[in-house]
Amino acid sequence: MRPEDLRPRQAAGAASEEELREALAREFAVVGSRARRVDGAAKLTGRALYTDDLAPPGLLHARILRSPHAHARILAIDASAALALEGVKAVVTGRDMPVRYGIIPWTRDEYPLALDKARYIGDAVAAVAAVDEDTADAALRLIRVEYQPLPPVLDPREAADPPEGAVPVHEPAKPGRNGNVTKHVHLEFGDVDAKLAESDVVVEGEYYFEGSTHTPIEPHCAIGWYDATGKLTVWSATQVPHYLHRELARVLDLDVARVRVVQPVVGGAFGGKSEPFDLEFCVAKLAMLTGRPVKILYTREEVFYAHRGRHPMLTSHKLGADREGHILAVDARNLLDGGAYASFGLVTAYYSGQLLTAPYRFGSYRFDATRVYTNKPACGPKRGHGSVQPRFAFEVQLDKLAERLGLDPIELRRRNFMADAPRTINELRVQSNGFLQCLDAVERASGWKERFRKLPWGRGLGVAGSCYISGTNYPIYPNDMPQSAAQIQVERSGRVTVFVGASEIGQGSDTVPAMIVAEELGVPLDYVRVLSADTDLVPVDLGAYSSRETFMMGNAVLDAARTLRDLVATTLAGAWSIPTDRVALCGGWALDVASPETRIPISEAFNLAEAKHGSLGATGSYNTPKDVHGSYRGGTIGASPAYSFTAHVAEVEVEAETGVVRVGKIWVAHDCGRALNPVLVEGQMEGSAYMGFGEALMEAMTYKDADHGKAGLHNGPSLLDYRIPTSLDTPEICSLIVESVDPEGPYGAKEAGEGPLHPSIPAIANAIFDAVGVRIDRIPFDPPRVWRALQDPGARARWQGCRASPPEVAAAAD
Amino acid sequence: MKSIVALNVNGDRQQVAVPEHWTLLETLRYGLGLTGSKQGCDKGDCGACTVLLDGEAVLSCITPVWEAEGRDVTTVEGLAEPGRLNELQAAFAETGGAQCGFCTPGILMSAWGLLLRSPSPSRDEIKEALGGNLCRCTGYTKIYEAVELAATVGPTARRRVPPTLPLSPCSGRRGRGEDEA
Repeated sequence: MRPEDLRPRQAAGAASEEELREALAREFAVVGSRARRVDGAAKLTGRALYTDDLAPPGLLHARILRSPHAHARILAIDASAALALEGVKAVVTGRDMPVRYGIIPWTRDEYPLALDKARYIGDAVAAVAAVDEDTADAALRLIRVEYQPLPPVLDPREAADPPEGAVPVHEPAKPGRNGNVTKHVHLEFGDVDAKLAESDVVVEGEYYFEGSTHTPIEPHCAIGWYDATGKLTVWSATQVPHYLHRELARVLDLDVARVRVVQPVVGGAFGGKSEPFDLEFCVAKLAMLTGRPVKILYTREEVFYAHRGRHPMLTSHKLGADREGHILAVDARNLLDGGAYASFGLVTAYYSGQLLTAPYRFGSYRFDATRVYTNKPACGPKRGHGSVQPRFAFEVQLDKLAERLGLDPIELRRRNFMADAPRTINELRVQSNGFLQCLDAVERASGWKERFRKLPWGRGLGVAGSCYISGTNYPIYPNDMPQSAAQIQVERSGRVTVFVGASEIGQGSDTVPAMIVAEELGVPLDYVRVLSADTDLVPVDLGAYSSRETFMMGNAVLDAARTLRDLVATTLAGAWSIPTDRVALCGGWALDVASPETRIPISEAFNLAEAKHGSLGATGSYNTPKDVHGSYRGGTIGASPAYSFTAHVAEVEVEAETGVVRVGKIWVAHDCGRALNPVLVEGQMEGSAYMGFGEALMEAMTYKDADHGKAGLHNGPSLLDYRIPTSLDTPEICSLIVESVDPEGPYGAKEAGEGPLHPSIPAIANAIFDAVGVRIDRIPFDPPRVWRALQDPGARARWQGCRASPPEVAAAAD
Repeated sequence: MKSIVALNVNGDRQQVAVPEHWTLLETLRYGLGLTGSKQGCDKGDCGACTVLLDGEAVLSCITPVWEAEGRDVTTVEGLAEPGRLNELQAAFAETGGAQCGFCTPGILMSAWGLLLRSPSPSRDEIKEALGGNLCRCTGYTKIYEAVELAATVGPTARRRVPPTLPLSPCSGRRGRGEDEA
């Protein structure tokens, strides 16, 4: 085939004369456009295959037996009757996989199936594979487990300071230590006590952040298959295929090269699928024992008990400031209720303090965080990992400070903006910061100046701000290899395939590489195929956690795409005898920018380059800077290549007679760096604000104590009892994108997936104060709690007092 | 024990052997391989399993399959013509109404059921119609926008769904589409 034979076909996908002129005039042809997501059509027609949609021939179904005790020694397990049941193919218990695992290598404290002790109601004890789920369920009831129940540890304060002789949740690493403590962190920057002493105002508060869980609509699901060549394949609804790959091999004692992890389409995760779970080990082991593919699909109840969601956190804060409101000292103590296992808890303890130090300048800062074990489902990373809870406390503290000083709370935040500081007090490096523009945007859009402290009784506005990371500078296991990599392969038709390890969980990480490749190589967007998250086929990416995909995978794809672009441009420059920088690849064409009529279809350009250089492919990678973190022990945790910033204004209505809070509208402004696709960014902002709203008003992961039933039993592990917001509950959400181009992000992009959640809760709390003059320092702000607070006879007077002396806006101390 | 149930699914007469306790969702997913309808809770709380039964949105995970015998079932796979998106699906693609996509089939069916009976719904009607469909990704905004966008496309294309079907030999019920044809 001659190159010109390709022309008519490619020309069909290529831009017209006018479109091409317009595209060349813009800074970017594809980046920044509201392009449709590449996986949209499959998801909208029911053709996208999620893990439970797969059914390899000969599939067995497995179920997991779970502990009915919150804390109990396992003395013996007799599975003989289960094994004898017709249709049962295999049973496994803790003895079959006696290797501890855990996402953080320093805190591996879980067995795939409990070995000698069950640590929460729902802890996995045994698993059965059978011809169908009903048979597997029947077999579970035939397994005899002899338990020795132990007193459960449920209260985190008691876990931190246990009574004499109490059995800890885990044996201590060293004798004499408290086995209930996962991690204790104490860091101080500057002299906090001295700064508090010299403060004109000190605001003190104690806050409680109730636990909440992710509730992706897709329950966890995994399929294992051990083939005749001794290769294990696990399909799983995970958001960390690479870490799962490593842990499966380690726990099952297999060569990593003989394990393949495939992530099918995932139906939501939010941090709830970001570490290995019992089901993945069980399907793998049962597949190895039976020689047949084995599937486990969690029930919704199991999803609740698998949890790894938001840590309940008891926080006390002292905030010292001068008369103008400048923050001189922040002194924080956090007690984190971690549940039965470590999960990411070591990191959570750090994040509860480390991520509070922007966007405001702190004169001094101290935090002390203790993460304890309790006999409840394990907590872990939920959207805004570890930093949503302290942000609630701190942004309410700021509101109280503004109230004390008679300052407008937005003005107070502006005064404390870290503008000219390239490093925070704990040495985080911030290179781009659009926080002020975020404040401006929500102030303007919400009509703040006209309405704050001026609305009638029962209606109010509240503001809050926050910052978040775009991935972490350090991977979970120490290594110097890239955090993300990409490969690009060009087909002769002009179609391009991108191979990335990134985990698409709904956030759009399959769409971002397509847009970047289309931008760099000038091919139409629908000429790019993206293949992701299959450890046999794609290079490593560490996964969809800590808001890292767009930033890190995006940079890796950009690296590979530019290598290819340069190769093609050099080829054309030679053919056309022009300098390389005059060659543009755009809109399906390769052309000379100085004379755009000199152009050929992009496929022809690829064919010329392939003829000259051989098969067209390129690899690219991204690694984080390793020299920009705190110069103290723990200073690497919280260090990110770039930080996003957010501001919210919430408008609420409070019904004083019933305590019902209605959030009418949330304005969310988010600095995501360059918005590579505004539709995707808005989707993340709206979803984040919605999720924060749910935590503020409705959601609570709570358990019974011994006085109210079975200790450690979940109060309602269903989507009926655990209320997440429906369309009828969710407020109107107005998203306002702010773009502060970051020097290290791909085209300047930063994260958008988690940051915009943070201010939801404090903005609503502060709006409730504006509406009815009460402070509610515990979430959720449910009717009983709000109603009780409103019985305070001083509420009305406080509400009026705030209005009698309207906040000072003009007298900024600049 | 399995028994044979007859259904009209997306215009196809289907006979399928199912355990007698199976739900419509299990029959669609595991009996017929139509995995577009999703199981999120298996107890009628989340709405991911929503399908149209004679044009009305129902929760297929709590509908015994026998209740659907001989009736017209429309699933997400039957919304559009081959190789195309219908106007509602296209509107979701345009506004970004689907993220992870797991609740999407159920939301599409609830919204389609709404558009069939109310071609130009208000925002409040849309919220009401989707009140039983949980979405954890979007915050619903772009879903409302998609339904509103679809409503601006003329309802002519919509009359073809649910498909016109002959009388069922099993139940004698008439397909809704036939009355409208």
